Parts: sequence; structure tokens; C-alpha cells
Amino acid sequence: MPGIRVGLVVAAVVAVALVAGAFARTAEVVDSNSMAQGLAAWDQVYSVLTHPRCINCHTATNYPQQGDDRHRHIANVVRGPDGKGVPGLNCASCHQETNADSTGVPGGHNWHLAPLEMRWQDTNDRPLSSAAVCKQITDRSRNHNLNGPGLLKHHEEEPLVKWAWNPGIRPDGTARTLPPMTHEQFVAATKRWVETGTPCPSGK
Amino acid sequence: MATYQLNINGQRKEVNVDPSTPLLWVLREDLKMTGTKFGCGISACGACTVHVGGVATRSCIVPVSHVGDRPIVTIEGIGQDSVGRAVQDSWVETDVVQCGYCQSGQIMAAVALLKHTPKPTDQNIDESMGGNICRCATYPRIREAIKNAAAELTKGGA
Amino acid sequence: MAITSKDSDLNRRGFLRVSFAAAGGLIVSLYLEPRFALAQEGVTQSQTPPARKDFPPAAFVNIRPDGKIVIEVNRLEFGQGVQTSLPMLLADEMDADWGSVIANLAPAADVYKDPMFGIQMVGGSGSIAHSFQQYRDLGAKTRAMLVAAAAERWNTSPDQCRTEASVVHGPGGRSATYAELASDAAKKPVPTNVRLKGPTEFKLIGKKVKRLDSRSKCDGTLKFGLDLDLPGMKVAVVAHPPVFGAKVKRVVDDEARRIEGVRDVFEIPLAKGTGVAVVADKFWPAKQARSRLKIEWDMTEVHPADSAELWTMYKELSQKPGNVAVAKGDASAGDKIPAANRIVAEYEFPFLAHSPMEPLNTTIRFDGDRAEVWAGSQFQTVDQMAVAEVLGLKPDQVTFHTEMAGGGFGRRAVADSHVQREAATIAKRLRGTPVKLVWTREDDVQGGYYRPMHFHRVEVGIGADGMPAAWRHIIVGQSITADTPFASFVVKNGVDSTATEGAADTHYNFPNHHVWAHHPKVNVPVLWWRSVGHTHTAFVMETLIDELAQRAKMDPIAYRRKLLKPEAKKLLGPLALLETATAGWRNRLPNGHALGISCHESFGTGVACAVDVSIENKRPRIHRATLAVDCGLAVNPLSVESQFQAGVGFGLIQLMAKGAITLKDGRVEQKNFDGYVPPYIVDAPIAVDVHIVPSTEAPSGCGEPPVPVISPAVVNALARLTGKRYRSLPLVSI
Repeated sequence: MPGIRVGLVVAAVVAVALVAGAFARTAEVVDSNSMAQGLAAWDQVYSVLTHPRCINCHTATNYPQQGDDRHRHIANVVRGPDGKGVPGLNCASCHQETNADSTGVPGGHNWHLAPLEMRWQDTNDRPLSSAAVCKQITDRSRNHNLNGPGLLKHHEEEPLVKWAWNPGIRPDGTARTLPPMTHEQFVAATKRWVETGTPCPSGK
Repeated sequence: MATYQLNINGQRKEVNVDPSTPLLWVLREDLKMTGTKFGCGISACGACTVHVGGVATRSCIVPVSHVGDRPIVTIEGIGQDSVGRAVQDSWVETDVVQCGYCQSGQIMAAVALLKHTPKPTDQNIDESMGGNICRCATYPRIREAIKNAAAELTKGGA
Repeated sequence: MAITSKDSDLNRRGFLRVSFAAAGGLIVSLYLEPRFALAQEGVTQSQTPPARKDFPPAAFVNIRPDGKIVIEVNRLEFGQGVQTSLPMLLADEMDADWGSVIANLAPAADVYKDPMFGIQMVGGSGSIAHSFQQYRDLGAKTRAMLVAAAAERWNTSPDQCRTEASVVHGPGGRSATYAELASDAAKKPVPTNVRLKGPTEFKLIGKKVKRLDSRSKCDGTLKFGLDLDLPGMKVAVVAHPPVFGAKVKRVVDDEARRIEGVRDVFEIPLAKGTGVAVVADKFWPAKQARSRLKIEWDMTEVHPADSAELWTMYKELSQKPGNVAVAKGDASAGDKIPAANRIVAEYEFPFLAHSPMEPLNTTIRFDGDRAEVWAGSQFQTVDQMAVAEVLGLKPDQVTFHTEMAGGGFGRRAVADSHVQREAATIAKRLRGTPVKLVWTREDDVQGGYYRPMHFHRVEVGIGADGMPAAWRHIIVGQSITADTPFASFVVKNGVDSTATEGAADTHYNFPNHHVWAHHPKVNVPVLWWRSVGHTHTAFVMETLIDELAQRAKMDPIAYRRKLLKPEAKKLLGPLALLETATAGWRNRLPNGHALGISCHESFGTGVACAVDVSIENKRPRIHRATLAVDCGLAVNPLSVESQFQAGVGFGLIQLMAKGAITLKDGRVEQKNFDGYVPPYIVDAPIAVDVHIVPSTEAPSGCGEPPVPVISPAVVNALARLTGKRYRSLPLVSI
């Protein structure tokens, strides 16, 4: 029957369009099960992003934070033009390529603040909502043009990201706390989220 | 214990120390270079500031094992550098010091600033010098001396 | 006109009063081999020095063959500039070539005692004030002896000679350098009377003279106590009890001993309680080993001080009168004033650590029958006696070198010499081997000897004219001098004047004025912190007076001028000078800025202060501070300027969000500069201009007077910006 055939074609076109448009994070995903999975995966990703080991450098202010209580970093260190501090007081003034456990200073390759486009807090040092952070990191005009696979690769390979799971010893000799899941789990969650079209929760 | 070859003020020095030893204590005790000072041990005060690979660095928290072959410049050697010399001269001309204990670190931070920013504004000074403590609080004269050094250096046609 | 010395009134301190005004009462002592000729009240003639090639190593002046003149400074230099200002006095009267002068920090010896206080010390802003006459006399007498030697050589009379820049000029164009004359001069008798220069003759005094120690502090060559290195020296650190006075119950040190370079681990007695010493070849292994000690502490006999509990106790105490410091007029006068015209203000001041930039340290070598000490001490002779006592020696068996110190602010002037005692105890065990005791910054921040916590309660009854008609003031805080030898001079009627100074002796005219003090006993060691009682009393006085001025709708300077007693010249002069000096800006501040005024006299010096403050990033930003000062004759105006420019920055720790030491269940909550945060450059005024009231009066001190004025001035400005009253320090939020 012609009507049904047209209907099937239309449905197929719509389905393809919807899948392709999944990247545009429309709420109208065909497979509501995969949408739910994707959002759940995002929840996991968000829980890592807002852990102190990550969010302390994703600030909206001109300073980093430190510690599990996310207090302002000591010695008045500031962001500087490139997120690397200023000539008399660089990130590299203290933070070396690897952790310095004997003195309690964390280190990693190219230690610096995340750019302001990747701020996950407001100017009062409060973490942004899950929806806001999701919107931000999937906005290619802000995230240095990373697509889903690009985000996944960042989570998987970027040295400063991986540092969060090897954050070293504090000056008092105790170990810094780790994000709420392993790096492998974080990567897996990111993968699921990307594969389901990087859905974002609704709201602000 | 491990042996390290360090490049300090243009000279090769060899030390045999516990790898966890901060560069500060290698300088002060193994090499008897006491110009770099111990103020806090947690990089909060800047008294231990040296230059490592051209970067102002807080030596109290950098283990000697992390230095590698990056050249180190300390207060004892900064006078070999034209900016270093100008800063030291300006510090003396401007009568900055009181107890003087923090001033090695202040000078090393100021030199890093001026090498990068020859005409620093008050905000540049706030930011680059903002992590160095002076308990005597000679800050107003530090600020003035930096500006005087900048003027001298740019006068020279830099 | 010769300027003669005069007695200084020490009533507020109550220390030994030593008059040195009698002509010849204080004589230059020329060192004679091991024997020093003591300079005391009365007359002590020095013996004729033996013939030497160069001028003999004099107690205060040593003229070397190469022409260098080494001047011994009888006080610790820790930033305040005495190693330049005191030699200036001597060199000027001596007509020495200033370019040849070298300052040396004198070791501990009776001859170097403060003429007023009778101990070798620096403190109370007394260096110039107390040694002004002394050092001038020394210079004049040395000159006289050099001239006498030249006159004899040329067969002429001294009045035919004149001196200039280390040269004696005689008749007929003859001349001889001081170096050439030194050995002959040393044989001359020390004159009993000399004429001192009049102000028009000064070459150095009253002039801006740059510091002698600048270059070496800028090129890394100057050695502080912590930089000392001796052959075979060991380094020690001590694990101190986490609650003051606790004792070691048990130590497990096997992990500590495994650190390479560790030599010994042992328990030692402390001033209170006991601790564990770790001795190693170097600092880093010592520190690492200490952190691996497992120590069980016996806290059964000590009371764990707690800031929250103390506030409750202090507030309660402040509700009732205590020991009487001032009782003038009618104590109930305030009750008769209508409630609408009464203010009740309660103030809280936390403990403060001095935290000089150079952590505390002392190096000692004990050889059985002798000992040698190197320390940046503010109390050399007191510390020397303490070390001798620990080592079972007599004080003159202990050579005590004064090292350049990286700041002090009072922290190195401790009656119980606890740091030196720790070091001596360790040195005793290491007999023959020098040991450097190092306190880390954590030891310093947590180690006590703080500016005491204080609570003030003030009830002001305001008269119809807007001036305070009744002032009732209760001050609660530990006595600094209790249980020290200073108590007998300083505590009267149960009132420790170091807690009430600045309030009890205010220069404001209150017709009815009552001040009481309570001094609770607390298990926290306390100490004088730069400007001592004035740190909190000036804050109370100057913020309340400012509030009264606002209520009366009067200009804050005019209000103070009206309220001050006419005798308060050292405040009235600076206030007038402040008005002139700030005429260009104080009433023309941009939007968002406010003016803050304060004035306060301490240690004989009057200071008026004006600040231009705005709020940036929720903190006060001080764009400018103008200070007007009456310190009598300013011996070195450059030094005075520096002291005030920087001293106000020091004082601002009281306003820093983390400018407080707090205790919880006996333990100090702060560990280092991350928890106890002093002012950085952004917290200090951007610019400070200092104006000195011209004066020929005897000099008063400048070390402490800058500190009390700044915090109230800034808070007075903030009050105008926000409308809030700030009576609880530090300023955690604005």
C-alpha cells in the first residue's frame, strides 16, 4: 500500500535524522532506554568532573582551589593570561611533571588551570548544575571543537585528567582522595554517554 | 641515596643525597649556598625562590630528583644577569630591606617578573609578587624598587 | 648647643631606673684583654690600655690599621635598622668617615647592657631612645682621645686641632688619619666630660642615611643564625607536645632511626613538659625522622586550652570590675546618662603568633668547661645565663654570639629562654659537637608565646556636647609578665600594665574614667608582640572614638583634637601635620573609597594616621596611608620612614581573614602560613607617605609605634563604607 510505504520511508528518514541529530542533544531520542542509559552515564561522568581532584582547576575565578574542601589555593596564586600563572608565580613554580610526595605537592605534565570556557563553577566557587556542565562540555564552540570521540579521548589520555587517579600524598603524609570511580569506569561511562549521543539532562 | 649532577649558576655540581631531599636543602646544606632561605617549607612564603629552567621556582617543595638538567640560578648568581643586577642595585638604592630574610626570594621573583614584563603595572606587581611574604612588610618599597629597576632597564634601551 | 641626655620616665614599664644623665656617668669602655670595664650608674674609670699596634679591640670602637672602623652594636639587628642608626650616632660625634664604618652585632657582655633596663636587650622600641646619649658619648670620647694623641704628637694643644672624616688636622697643615693615631690614642685616658655636637654640626644625625647591611642582604652573602655552618655540626629538631606542658609517655622511634643520617633520638625536658629531640647530620633527615616518631603523650596534668571556652570565660569576666588600673571620677556617672546616649561595645582579639620570617634557631657547642652559642637573640644576657645554667657553667664561661636575625617582633625576647634551653640540653648530650637546633614553621605557629587573647568591654556615656562624659573599660587577658622576673616591675595592684597600656594611660580627657583588668591563668604561653598592649587597646580606643565622632557629626580629626588633653603634644602635633599632609586628598576620595583616621601614642612616640580604603574582592584595599609622627629627634629619617611604611603593613595581620591562632581541645588549629596567613603585598597599603614632626627633643622609638594605628584606621574607613562596626578580630568577612 503506498501510504504505508511512504510512512515507512518517512519513519526511516525521521529515524536517521533523529539519530544524526542525537548529537544536537534533542530530547526526542527514539530509543528511550538508551537515552536513560546515556543520562545515567552522564551522571557518573558528572560525579567525577565535580570531584575536587578535577573541579579544583575548573574554576570561574582567577584562582585555583585546593583540598577536598576546595578552599582557595594558598599564596595568592592567580590564573594568568594562559592559565599557567604569572611570571613571578607560575603553576610550574611549584608543580613539577610528577607528584612530589616527599613534600606533598601534586604534579603532572603541563600543570595549569582549565580555560575559562571549561569552568564548572560559578564566581562564588559553587559547582554548576549537571545540566549546565553537560551543555558546556558538549558545546563545540567552547570545548575546543571536541566531538564525542574527542571527549572520550580526552578523558582517556590527557595526563592531567589521569592525574586525578594518581594524585599523590598531601604534606601531612595522607593520600589525596580519589574520584568516586576508577579511571577505567570513568572512561567506560564516558564511552556509554558518547555512544548514546552525549545526552544532557534538562533544566538549567 | 643517589647522585645528581646539577647546573647551578653556570657551574656543574655533583651531590649525593636522598632523592626526596628538596632542592632548597641540597643548596643550603650539601652545597653550603645559604642565600636561598627556609621560611615555611610548604611553598606559601617564597623565601626559597630560585630559577629553574628560567622559571621562578619554590625550591622547598621540589625534590632534587625532579630537577634534572634544567639550569638553576640562585640569589648568589642572579647578579651575573643584567636584570638581576639592576634589581639588586635598585633594592639597595631604594633601601628596601629590613631584616632581609625574605629578600632573596623577593628579588628572584621580581627578576622573573621583569624579564617577562619589562614595564610592570601595579597589578602585574600584585600578581607576580603576591605569593612572597615579608613579615617586616617592606612591600611599599619593594613595589617602588621594582618600578625603579624597570625604569633603569628600559632607559638602557632594552 | 650641646644636647645632654635626660632621664626617661619608665613608670609605665617600672623597670630599673638607671640615671645616666650625670656627666661622665656613662663612660666609654675600652676593652682590656678579657676584662671589660663596666659602665654603670656612678663612675667607673677604665684603666689605661696597654700599648698595641692598632687601637685595642675596644668594647665599642675598633679602628683598624686599614682605616675601617668597626662599631659594636649593643642590640640585635632584626630589621629595625639599629646596625646603621646606632653607629651613626657614634660616627658623627667621632667625625669618622662614614664610608669606613662597619657595624658588628656585639656578643653578650655586661658592657652591652641597655643603660635603662640593665640587661642586654632589644625591645620596647628603646634602642635609640636609651642608647642615644651613650653612643654619642662614646663617639665624642673616642674623638677626644684621638685628638689628644695628635696634639701630643705635634706638640700643640687639642683646641688647635679639628677633625673631619677620620682625619685630625693640626696647625701648619699637619694631619694624621685615625688609623695612624689609633695606638697612641688608646694610651690616652678616657675623658670624663666631653662636649657633644649641636644640631647644626651634625653630619649624619638627622640625615637620611642608607642602611649598611643592604647589599649583603640582597646578594645572599649575609648569614643569619639559620645559615650558620660549623665543622662537624649536627642539626636537631624537637617534637613538642601537642598540648602545652604535656609530657612524653612513650616513644617508638625505630622508623625514625632508620632514616639515613639520623644520629640520635632522646627525650628532653622543656620549659614546660617534655619533648623528643632528633639529631641528624642535616635538616632534612632530622625533619623526616621526627615525622616518623610515634609518640604517646601524657596529658593528665595539663589543662587543654580552648578558644571557644576562653571566649565564654572572658566575656563573663568582663561583666564585672576586676583589678583597678584607673579610677578617676565617679564610677557610676555613666549610669546617670540616658540609655540613648550610652554605647556598650565588646571587643574580641585572638591569639597572634609573631612568626618572624627566619624560624627560631640556636647553635651551641658545649666543651665541658666552656660553651659557645650563636643565636639571633633579643635577650642575650638573659639567654646566656639560661644556657650556663643548663650546662652547669658560669655565664662568663659561655661565649654568646649575636647573629643577624630574620625578624623578631618580640618573639626572640623570652624570659624563660626556652629555645636556648632546648638547644643547650641537646648540646650537653652531644658534648664537643656543635648542634644547630631548628624550629620549623609548624613549631613556630604551634609553639605558643603568643600575643594573648583579649576581651574588652567598654561602656561609654556620651555628654550633651557629644564628648564622652563617662568611660568604663574592662580588659580581660593573660598577664604577659606573670611568672617572670619582669612581673615585680610591671604588675601593680594585680594589673599587668602591658595589658592596659594605651587604654589606662590614654591621652583623651574623660572626666570619669575607670579601667579594670582581669588576668586569667590559661595554659598557653604568652609574650609581648610588637607594640604589646597597644595592639588591642589602640584598636578599641580609636574605633570607639571614631564612632563617637560620627555620632557627633564631627570631623574625626577635629573630634580627637578637641578630646585630647592639651599636654598630649605628641599627638596634637602629628594630628596637625596629618591635616596638612592629607589636605590634597582626604576630602576628595573617589566613589567607593572612604577615609579612616586614627591616632595613638606608644613607647613615647605619637602617630596620626589617615588611610584611603576601598573594598576589592570582599577585602579592604588600602590605596594609601599617610602617617604623621612625633618621635623627637629623628636620628635617621630614612629609617623612621621605613619603620612606619612597613610597620603598618605588619600591623595589618590583625585584619587578615586568617590572622588568628585558635585552640581546640588544647591543640593549636593552625599549622603553617596556610592556616595562619600574614599580609602579602596585596594586603598592604599600595603607598605610604610618612611625615616627621620637626623636633630637637630626645629621640623616642619607632619600632612599635606604627603598629597600633593601622588596624583601627582601616576599620574606621570600612565602617564608613559598610555602616557596620567591626569589633571582633580578625576580619573574617566584611
